[in-house]
Amino acid sequence: MSVSVRIPTILRTYTNGVAEVSAEGGTLREVLQKLDTDYPGIGGRILDDTGKIRRFVNVYVGEEDVRFAEGLDTATPDGVQVSVIPAVAGG
Amino acid sequence: MVHPNAVEFGPATGLSCRECGALYELGPSFACTECFGPLEVAYDFGTVRRADIESGPANIWRYRSLLPVPVDVETKPNLQPGWTKLVKADRLAAELGMRSLYVKDDSGNPTHSFKDRVVAIAVEAARTFGFHTLSCSSTGNLAGAVGAAAARAGLDSCVFIPADLEAAKITMASVYGGRLVGIEGTYDEVNRFCSELIGDELGEKWGFVNVNLRPYYAEGSKTLAYEIAEQLGWRLPEQIVIPVASGSQLTKVDKGFRELVKLGLVEDRPYKIFGAQAEGCSPVSRAYKAGQEVVQPVKPDTIAKSLAIGNPADGPYVLDIARRTGGAVEDVTEREIVDAMRLLARTEGVFAETAGGVTVGVLTKLVREGGLDPEAETVVLNTGDGLKTLDAVAEHARPSAVIRPSLAAFRTAFAN
Repeated sequence: MSVSVRIPTILRTYTNGVAEVSAEGGTLREVLQKLDTDYPGIGGRILDDTGKIRRFVNVYVGEEDVRFAEGLDTATPDGVQVSVIPAVAGG
Repeated sequence: MVHPNAVEFGPATGLSCRECGALYELGPSFACTECFGPLEVAYDFGTVRRADIESGPANIWRYRSLLPVPVDVETKPNLQPGWTKLVKADRLAAELGMRSLYVKDDSGNPTHSFKDRVVAIAVEAARTFGFHTLSCSSTGNLAGAVGAAAARAGLDSCVFIPADLEAAKITMASVYGGRLVGIEGTYDEVNRFCSELIGDELGEKWGFVNVNLRPYYAEGSKTLAYEIAEQLGWRLPEQIVIPVASGSQLTKVDKGFRELVKLGLVEDRPYKIFGAQAEGCSPVSRAYKAGQEVVQPVKPDTIAKSLAIGNPADGPYVLDIARRTGGAVEDVTEREIVDAMRLLARTEGVFAETAGGVTVGVLTKLVREGGLDPEAETVVLNTGDGLKTLDAVAEHARPSAVIRPSLAAFRTAFAN
């Protein structure tokens, strides 16, 4: 399953400044693993030491915040867009 | 490290991550590159005396020595918000069986909400960083505050709101001449949109007051704490009830109180901070009651639209602060919100917007249920103006009678 991942500005040092990259995987967990293989270190910025999504990161699969879905087990259908966004905005 | 622009930020020395403590130069950045935690302004205040503050202007700039703004901020074109009334609410206190109660009435700000405080700080940062367009995601009040502040400062603005906001908020957000964009979605979707826009060339040169300028913007809420303490005679209240949307305001009121203690401007005494939410959007209250440290987002459905943030950025800090100070986070129903708006209007002549109904409703509930001490000195925040949320009370606020202009008609109408 090929998906596109939008990278927030503060993680673009890992992607040579590229804002959107492609990755593969049937679930968000697999997509993030592939992302970390392609851009070593980026996974540890999104997930904490225990492997959970950091508390100040929002991850969306399509339109949906994955905390409304299955978290890291959320399915990532072919062609879907995954977005990683800093949570400390708004209000 | 001192930034070349340090002089433009007064006592501010840098940005620090609230989560991991990483330090950054003052700049238009908002999230830690290590852990995504929120960046906060760090300071070297030196000595600050009550007399210096008291001789300052009757607006938030009397606290300029505690804010990331230039020394001559008073002379710059801005809305000069703040120094709103602290109303001694004896009649409301009597109804609730409380000894000493005050309403901090922030509907008295230039665009009728507390948002003028935070925007004023963000505007100074925008000027310094060379942004010509001010932007934000807003539940309504902020959009109006940004539009007005941009107009005064001679900046462009482009603000984003959920398309289904109250009519008065839409009108206020557009009348100042900037661009207003309604998004078909919830506030959280608007916020996500803005977070993506800022990483795109379309928005990369914009100052988003509550995204890339958020560390500066958020500091504006400290002025609520400063004013309350000064207006009480340089004393901290024992209890304070604060509305929770993103949680930024509550977090910064706490920061403001602690700074006053550290600077020796008030006596160090315990205070309890209570967070107030609407039941239809109560992710922080739910997490508090469940004993959790993280906040599970919700999809909001409440008349308190200014508080309808389902995914609150500072939610974890609200939980920390409520627990640390011995306060609580509580929520009230739509009916309780409306009843509280009417109660505040009837007892104190203060017409609050729905968010004020939420805080007064939570105050009422906490007193009734024993969660808040009726003998302790208490402050409740009203952060906005009832004129912006007329629909909430319209069915209860009608003419007693409509009559012909004659005494006979009046006698007949009131005969019963």
